[in-house]
Amino acid sequence: MAENRYTSSWSEIVEVTKHTKIEYTFRLAYKGDVKPGQFFEVSLPKYGEAPISVSGIGEDTIDFTIRKVGRVTDAVFENWTGDRLFLRGPYGNGFEVSLFKGKELVIVAGGTGISPVRGVIEHFYRHPDAAAKIKLIAGFKTPDDILFQDDFRRWQERLDVTLTTDDNLGDATYRMGLVTEYIPGLEIKDLAYSAAVVVGPPAMMRFSTKALLERGFSEKDIWVSHERKMCCGIGKCGHCKIDDKYVCLDGPVFNYSVAKDFID
Amino acid sequence: MGYRLTESGINELLQELSKDYVLFAPKRYEGGNTFSGVDCIRYGEITSVDEIETDAKSDYSFKEILLPLSQTLFYFTEDDIKQPQSRQKSALVFLRSCDFHAVKRLDEIYLRNGAPDAYYSRLRERCRFVLIGCPKAFSTCYCVDMGTNIAEGWDAAFEKKNDGFYMSSPQTELAELIQKHSANETDFTPSFVAETPVKVTVPDGLSVAVAKASMWREYDSRCIACGRCNFACPTCTCFSMQDVFYQDNGKVGERRRVQASCMVDGFTDVAGGGSYRQKNGDRMRFKTLHKVCDFKKRFGYHMCVGCGRCDDICPEYISFSHIINRLGDAMKEVNGNG
Repeated sequence: MAENRYTSSWSEIVEVTKHTKIEYTFRLAYKGDVKPGQFFEVSLPKYGEAPISVSGIGEDTIDFTIRKVGRVTDAVFENWTGDRLFLRGPYGNGFEVSLFKGKELVIVAGGTGISPVRGVIEHFYRHPDAAAKIKLIAGFKTPDDILFQDDFRRWQERLDVTLTTDDNLGDATYRMGLVTEYIPGLEIKDLAYSAAVVVGPPAMMRFSTKALLERGFSEKDIWVSHERKMCCGIGKCGHCKIDDKYVCLDGPVFNYSVAKDFID
Repeated sequence: MGYRLTESGINELLQELSKDYVLFAPKRYEGGNTFSGVDCIRYGEITSVDEIETDAKSDYSFKEILLPLSQTLFYFTEDDIKQPQSRQKSALVFLRSCDFHAVKRLDEIYLRNGAPDAYYSRLRERCRFVLIGCPKAFSTCYCVDMGTNIAEGWDAAFEKKNDGFYMSSPQTELAELIQKHSANETDFTPSFVAETPVKVTVPDGLSVAVAKASMWREYDSRCIACGRCNFACPTCTCFSMQDVFYQDNGKVGERRRVQASCMVDGFTDVAGGGSYRQKNGDRMRFKTLHKVCDFKKRFGYHMCVGCGRCDDICPEYISFSHIINRLGDAMKEVNGNG
């Protein structure tokens, strides 16, 4: 008899960090293997499930950064004081950080795209010798939309961080401009020993990968992560299929040499 | 080797089989169609042979026996979840060759693509198949070109002929049961369709590049995205999750999965209002390529079995076999030598 993979188990909410009015990070108790870039099906019975990527990995905890944009996430925001959420997972391949070992790694993240790569950034923040250099370019709509403000302050001490906003709302302490504007001028010591990760909304990913290719990155050194609303996480429901790939099984992290041919 | 059975003989056989099996076969539901005065042929439980519709193609396939339209995964209370019981009896399903090939496609997704699905496998393990001999293709069939006209590996075969009902089984236990109720032993191999009125050719070198062809724009307006093709298709396997809770007690409810359609609005919705393939023609292209291109790229054979039910059921008279036959020119167009 095959194991039932659709049943979830309760997980205790350890801590909630409020970034913006509609974006909170929920830290949940979790024991088990998990990689940055993987996702879980997070649910509240009665309201349904939603696939949410892991935005942080701690000892016996995992973080989910959730934006209040739908039926399930609305319910999560309204009911989280209930102190627990339903979980099943992890699903997907996640980022293989060992691939970036010894390389100059450029991470380009747009908006909530910071969530799946936060674990990658943390890994190299904690193991500064593992990568030759980290360059993080993160963009948000406005200063009010910036997630993980405290982390950015901390990361800036050790990593090369470019934090930019589409519109700084007149606050000159924040840079203004799209993430793509910071790609052509990237100083890379040796393109043969570099890699790039791009995560964000579809248009941002399209233009960022284009800019990276123009900057001299080869397709095989660029990694992207795709977002779809998977209902199952195990290759059955069909919602995440792109050509012959299932985002839940073969992704969400894809090498650009594969992902460049994706047509939805 | 096979057996000929009289009507009363086969009914006795079916009665005996029904002790161990729920018997499913295509049945005619008079006036049961969406349109007034039109019958619907779909799968249902049978107890006698006259209930099996052998002269016409069923509008819907057997797949709901393995993939119910709506399936409760578990019931929940505030603290607990409980799984529902599965069907206790085994199922014996009468189906034609095309549908028997469709079982392999369902198995591919539900048992082999990623981890096996517990709800599917517990129904599938208790499912046996009786092939319905198919002497002549219907007007929209194209099984021969999809390579699904001949089937092997079934548990028993059945065919209605002028002088009675013919059956055989490669399995001793079933063969003995058939023999017990038969009139005489005789040579019997089920009929297979050798030629279909509709011919299709899936072009060599077909790829997702065909998405840029102009033909899909025609379906932006012709297709109304109703999804009937998906629900009639024996190989469409997609579903969506749904939580419901009971009006009398809001703390208790259930999580279900319901069959979903890649043609219908909402299928690709992601958080925050995004969605992919907003044009109906792009959905048509996505479905078409899954059936005759990318499924094969992943699993080595085409998903489409050529049953033609999608053609039969489309309210806009869109022909899927015609779409397949347009792909060659569409590829030439995108390759720039059209």
